[in-house]
Amino acid sequence: MVEIFGIPSGALFGQLLIGLINGSFYALLSLGLAVIFGMLNIINFAHGAQYMLGAVMAFLLLQWTGIGYWWALIVAPLIVGAIGIVIERAFLQWLYKLDHLYGLLLTFGLALIVEGISRNFLGSAGLPYALPDSLRGGQNLGFMFLPNYRAWVIVASLTVCFATWFVIERTRLGAYLRAATENPTLVRAFGINVPVMITLTYGFGVALAAFAGVMAAPIYNVSPQMGSELIIVVFAVVVIGGMGSILGAIITGFSLGVVEGLTKVFFPEASNTVIFVIMAIVLLVRPAGLFGRRT
Amino acid sequence: MRKSLGLAALAALLLCGTASAQQINVKIGVLTDMSSLYADDTGPGSVIAAKLAAEDFMKSHPNVKVEVVSADHQNKADAGTNIVNQWIDRDGVDMVADVPNSGVALAISEVIRAKNKVFVASGPASSDLTGPKCSPNTVHWTYDTWMLANGTGKAIVKSGGDTWFFLTSDYAFGHALERDTAAVVEKSGGKVLGKVRHPINTNDFSSFLLQAQSSKAKVIGLANAGGDTINAIKQGAEFGIVAGGQKFAGLLIFAPDVAALGLKTAQGLTFTETWYWDLNDGTRAWTKRWDKERNSAGKLPSMNMAGVYSGTLHYLKAVAAVGSSKDGAKVVEEMKKLPAEDSIYGKSTVRVDGRVLHPAYLFEVKKPEESKYPGDLYNIKATIPPEEAFRPLKDGNCPLVKG
Repeated sequence: MVEIFGIPSGALFGQLLIGLINGSFYALLSLGLAVIFGMLNIINFAHGAQYMLGAVMAFLLLQWTGIGYWWALIVAPLIVGAIGIVIERAFLQWLYKLDHLYGLLLTFGLALIVEGISRNFLGSAGLPYALPDSLRGGQNLGFMFLPNYRAWVIVASLTVCFATWFVIERTRLGAYLRAATENPTLVRAFGINVPVMITLTYGFGVALAAFAGVMAAPIYNVSPQMGSELIIVVFAVVVIGGMGSILGAIITGFSLGVVEGLTKVFFPEASNTVIFVIMAIVLLVRPAGLFGRRT
Repeated sequence: MRKSLGLAALAALLLCGTASAQQINVKIGVLTDMSSLYADDTGPGSVIAAKLAAEDFMKSHPNVKVEVVSADHQNKADAGTNIVNQWIDRDGVDMVADVPNSGVALAISEVIRAKNKVFVASGPASSDLTGPKCSPNTVHWTYDTWMLANGTGKAIVKSGGDTWFFLTSDYAFGHALERDTAAVVEKSGGKVLGKVRHPINTNDFSSFLLQAQSSKAKVIGLANAGGDTINAIKQGAEFGIVAGGQKFAGLLIFAPDVAALGLKTAQGLTFTETWYWDLNDGTRAWTKRWDKERNSAGKLPSMNMAGVYSGTLHYLKAVAAVGSSKDGAKVVEEMKKLPAEDSIYGKSTVRVDGRVLHPAYLFEVKKPEESKYPGDLYNIKATIPPEEAFRPLKDGNCPLVKG
């Protein structure tokens, strides 16, 4: 077998693919964060907790009502998104005019509360969530064994990311949204209900996190801290991509997944710091992020 | 005048002290992982175990007043040492129990030694605690990496698993477990083909599993614990590790982990533990009490929690025998002299290096159809007698052992 930098090429391709799978999660989560920050100017620190809630909701739906994976993929984000809407109406709407810090502290506090409550009821070891039967098994690609479910993760994540980008950047609805963040008063004057639109946007961003949570449930254990472990990395992704940049979040999400995957081959011990090293470098060289606009 | 009054008071105090049954106050600190990857194997369950021990002991010794406090070390050595320093200097804690995470345990062992208190290490695994890093103030209950490696490693090599690849948690515990297991594998005629070290608390093992897969080793040894082991096994099933003919050796697995994995995924795993809730009437009765306090459906006590109970009880016996909890080294000396016996661990002895000896069991996880009731997880494959289960005294390089 051909070797690249002393690593068999098969192993390298396998790691690249795995990086892409992890990148799918980074992309989905950072996309939600970017949408919320871009449209609401809120640094949503509760994103990890909302991701976890998505997974927990999928688990509870299965336990209590027998609703399986495919329906959970739709129902869980709706429920968690609705919770997000309540949060926006009850708390966040009062903070838009204040410094970012207030939104950050509030959502961080909410995240701690949600995680604490879940830990109390679910414990820390996590709960098993079975793979859907139709996605069991996998394909032998020659250089690696690709589980069907992981392939599905890449496809689903790419589709959702592209659809979101398309709606926000290329449709009339998206144009309204972007206009409303630039100049809410003017957009209101055209007869568009801006507060409702903002509320729904937050609900959508939260639903994206919950969607990622349901996707993650069969791979990782459904555990209260699954979100807090991921959220820091995802924030780094958003910072590298440029706060509020939708395309930036998607592209950096996938590419950092790949970078991390490669680090696991060449220097596994550094695999959980490499993203932060990149973040530090990007912040020094391009403080607005790779895809961010200077304001 | 004042001087003589003082003397009189002192004399009166001394008289009281000797005349009535001495009142002894003991404060126990359970330092544990309350919120992360080891919290279900230790954490709140360990605190309950310590409280049960205190309760039982105070019933038979009304003159001893035991107070139990607890804290979360967050798996950080610096956080752990800070808490222990405060506990001892400010709060008057006499004994620290549990302490999952060998990194934290090795750090606080030094603090406790310097301040002459007692460390009943029932949570950490590193065999160094009774080896080169042994201390006259530390007693190591429950298990250690040598015992895990010896029990599981030997059994698996014997059954044909003679080539190994390690997935190792990258800190003191993982390194010790990998080292001890590799030694056993090689001694039994097996070969170690490679290893990869992953950060503690890793969410995604796919990359490491792929490396293990391409090593073509027959056995993938998991030198990790808690949430890490659960994730590795779960994702291994997804990547077709077992279907591809490789086998996992979970080197440290607790009952709560097996429950979290589910029997379908965990079935057939073979590993060594010193305690299981369903061993005998004593353990079952204790589990019932524990469960009532824990009050969380479906949770099982682990061997660590049982170790906290057993270790705390024996510590209290030694305190009562010495008559004070203040001189830690003296209490530990007494713990080594007294035979330990309780309803859940049976008889144990404390060796001069601080190692506690009790039998170990080789368990196999049941198939889903073999499980008769909730929590029915293990078959016992073998019982390893105490003197075989743990490292021989002379091999530990503990400075406390002379000659």
